[in-house]
Amino acid sequence: MRKNLNTYIILFTSTFYLSAVTFGGGFVIIPLMKKKFSDDLKWIEKDELLNLVAIAQSAPGSVAVNSSILIGYRVCGVLGALITILGTVLPPLIILSTISLFYKSFSQNVIVSTILDGMQAGVAAVIIDVVINMGQDIFKEKEKLSILLMIITFILSHFFKISVIYLLIICIAIGALKTYLNTKRKEKK
Amino acid sequence: MILFNLFWSFFKIGLFSFGGGYAVIPLIQTQVVYNNNWLTQSEFTDLITISQMTPGPIAINSSTFVGIRVAGLSGAIIATLGCVLPSCIIMCLLAWLYFKYKHVDMVQGILKSLRPLIIALIASAGISIFTLSIWREGNISLNPSDIDFISIILFSLALISLRKTKFNPILIMLSCGLIRFLYFFIYK
Repeated sequence: MRKNLNTYIILFTSTFYLSAVTFGGGFVIIPLMKKKFSDDLKWIEKDELLNLVAIAQSAPGSVAVNSSILIGYRVCGVLGALITILGTVLPPLIILSTISLFYKSFSQNVIVSTILDGMQAGVAAVIIDVVINMGQDIFKEKEKLSILLMIITFILSHFFKISVIYLLIICIAIGALKTYLNTKRKEKK
Repeated sequence: MILFNLFWSFFKIGLFSFGGGYAVIPLIQTQVVYNNNWLTQSEFTDLITISQMTPGPIAINSSTFVGIRVAGLSGAIIATLGCVLPSCIIMCLLAWLYFKYKHVDMVQGILKSLRPLIIALIASAGISIFTLSIWREGNISLNPSDIDFISIILFSLALISLRKTKFNPILIMLSCGLIRFLYFFIYK
């Protein structure tokens, strides 16, 4: 754990910045967090970041806020969590407070909507890029179960719109069962 | 009293919003439109539109938007606080458990099987945004009039620069917005 003023400042500015540019909500922030905290700062390993996101997704609240809290906690404990939550919540708080004053003209503004339409394509590319990288990692592990889980949960969630809660429960059950069977097998040997 | 009501309503929204994203909308609607009459249905629709156009999770955006209309800036802060407090408590608890038990085989095994799901969920979000940006009206077809070709070009350029260069993803996203804006004003 790192505890010094500089770390606190980087934690705050990074989460503030990420939260301020994360259009499209939810999972868009994960690729950006991965780039910032595991590729650039090297504070959290890629696999650990995915674990944290998995935990963030399994609890109530938004994935973006929950993941930030976990990253803060991982880097600087409870104080880190408080710093990252502040960094994540402030940009929407400031932006929405401002917009709520003249929101009719904002939501009908052509300039705003054209820029946002263009950004949507960029956001899609950012997400797909990270999915390609992470998907490749799963394929490289050559574990059939993981590959199968990835494909099946994608189909269930994207095409059949199965709620995330059920998919989480299924994956947790499969993971638990597999670990249980593995330990049994080891005991026999 | 109004501040306490704001805090309590958004605390409940924060506590029960499983699944995130659009799954939260009905929950917010019940609290804000039906139970407390803080917004009319049409104001609520505006709120959702604005949420989609601005950064930040819908629940947090709603806290600020509703809070400021009901009780000014202090209302916005109290509502946001109520909304994130459940996350904060639950996450710190789970984080503590995770770092304590992450080396236990069972925890490792479960997390390992959750990883493919998280990638699948990110993929699904990405593809949803992709289809939305290509077929703006929502009719998915190969008919050229339904397809937004600028989006296809922007998407391809962005993906290529992400994979082949070291440009910052945020810079790439913003450039896409800017290019579309310039195109729009030069050609229309």
